[in-house]
Amino acid sequence: MAESNILPTTSGPEPLVRLRGISKHYLVGDSVVSALVSVDLEIAAGELVAIVGPSGSGKSTLMNVLGCLDRPSNGEYFLGGVEVAARDPDERALIRNRLIGFIFQGFHLLPRTSALQNAELPLLYRGTPKKERQLLSLRALTRVGLAERIHHLPSELSGGQQQRVAIARALVSDPPLILADEPTGNLDSVTTAEVLALLQELVREQKRTVILVTHEPDVASCAARIVTVRDGRIVSDERNQKPVDARHLLARALQLRAEVT
Amino acid sequence: MIKTALGIAVRALLGARLRSLLTALGILIGTAAVVVVVALGTGARARISGEISNIGNNLLFVFSQSSARSGAQVNRMTLTRGDARAIEAEAPAVAAVSVWSTINLRVHSAFDSHKTGVMGIDENYFSVRGYALASGRDFSPSEVRSKAKVVIIGKTARVELFGNEPALGHFVRIGRHSYRVVGELEEKGRSSFEDQDDRVLMPIASWRARVVPTKSDRVQLVMASARSSAHTEQAIAQIQAILRQRHHIKPGEPEDFIVRSQEGFRKSQDAILDMVTMLLLSVATIALFVGGIGVMNIMLVSVAERTREIGVRMAIGARPGDILLQFLCEAALLSTSGGLLGVLAAAGTTLLLTSTLGWSMKLDALSVIIALSTSTLVGFVFGILPARRAAQLDPIEALRHE
Repeated sequence: MAESNILPTTSGPEPLVRLRGISKHYLVGDSVVSALVSVDLEIAAGELVAIVGPSGSGKSTLMNVLGCLDRPSNGEYFLGGVEVAARDPDERALIRNRLIGFIFQGFHLLPRTSALQNAELPLLYRGTPKKERQLLSLRALTRVGLAERIHHLPSELSGGQQQRVAIARALVSDPPLILADEPTGNLDSVTTAEVLALLQELVREQKRTVILVTHEPDVASCAARIVTVRDGRIVSDERNQKPVDARHLLARALQLRAEVT
Repeated sequence: MIKTALGIAVRALLGARLRSLLTALGILIGTAAVVVVVALGTGARARISGEISNIGNNLLFVFSQSSARSGAQVNRMTLTRGDARAIEAEAPAVAAVSVWSTINLRVHSAFDSHKTGVMGIDENYFSVRGYALASGRDFSPSEVRSKAKVVIIGKTARVELFGNEPALGHFVRIGRHSYRVVGELEEKGRSSFEDQDDRVLMPIASWRARVVPTKSDRVQLVMASARSSAHTEQAIAQIQAILRQRHHIKPGEPEDFIVRSQEGFRKSQDAILDMVTMLLLSVATIALFVGGIGVMNIMLVSVAERTREIGVRMAIGARPGDILLQFLCEAALLSTSGGLLGVLAAAGTTLLLTSTLGWSMKLDALSVIIALSTSTLVGFVFGILPARRAAQLDPIEALRHE
């Protein structure tokens, strides 16, 4: 596949993400289970969107489809104006590498591998020369405030620091879309607020697009738009007029901690 | 691409040092076994070849062969001195001819007794076999004619019979007769077949008269030397033609003698050696194969353990081919480093065995190259299954894997 084929064409009026009639059916035994039913969704560049819903609602499947990890059974998915739903595994890998940055609940850093090397991983599969890889990785780690810990192993970092390495890894290749799947699920309230503040900052200052999948209302309230999924359908899609500024959240959490100790 | 995969593979292998080492050990043993076996074979070949050359140059041996027609298997002596003289006179490709007969007998001295080869030889024996005298003298023509009781003694026999006492001029007893020692052979050395210094020589007429009373002119063995190695085939044909005529063998009838060349000995020795080497080599190859299974086994474990890592790599943009290559490289690297260590171990073993046990071994460059590339190949072949398994993982499932 030619590289130009998957790169976003324009950043004009076309939304960054456009799902049209996306369905996903699984065959379980003899019966068909529908995880997603005819989902339509548009997300513009520069948005911070939370996708919420109880477990089993289909939000994980939606996340996987958005992340090009899974192929929908029906429907169209345009990412940056490029149809990406019906691609083969190699093309999907390339799309994930170029267009999407992933942040996972469990951090998913490679063990016994330094922060610098973890963060440069996406560039490795892009064939970027070593010098440039290290430079970009260092820049991304500096961006998330870990410039002084680049040679630390994941086991030597706290949970919040590990997640920040993961965020640096998602940022390093400069993708148009960042997908965060329960990014604060394993973190305490202080580090949760830190990570959310960082994501908000990325949207605010760098005009990045972040999709945040969560089941925690507190986390979702930090987003400017909240999409609720239930039984495989989008049941509500609302603008959050007053998104919570995670910096205030952080201040409150720190204060609380100070009071406890 | 490959550089990236190799880099990842190196890091993964170093991450699990003990496991990598143990897995490489299997390949190490297999590779070392292959190289050592070939070194043994090569060394033995060189040694035997040297020993055969040591017997003399371009030699042809004519043995008696009891005819198959008679029911009883009698070790009949069919060759005569006349045959030898005829060959010497009529075969142009033959340079010199010698005859001898030999029997193992107990020989007594004033001090001791020793069982050794007692040989009756003719005057050409020394030149054809390439023997020389260390001390004393050769048999005189009159001694040869008169069936005199004189012997020339080899070093081993001399040491056994006389120890450090002088032997020259003293007597040895064979059967009921005493023989004066008139000379001692220069040391020729031990070969795989015989100790060439363990013998007592006397004129063939003396041997025939007293040691093994033999009728007429019969001899056990006729030995001829060809003019050069290029004349060997010609000489064999000429000897066969002459003897067939002299023994009145009609065309189509079996011969009552066999002609063997030194080269023929070498070839049959080589054939035996080849067979033994092949046998050992196949055992060594099985060891290498078992090592390969070990690599496959550990790679499968590694893929299972690193399922989540594979999921992360895939999510981040590794194509199935990237994952395949990564694990293939890992298996090949594991196996190749085992192979490298194996070659080193083989070199060490060779050195050790040569210097301490005096085994003749020779490291063969070709076998080293083949063993190394085989070990790499083994890694790739046995790495395919685990690598394919890794590449075919579904990223979603892999990420969810605990």
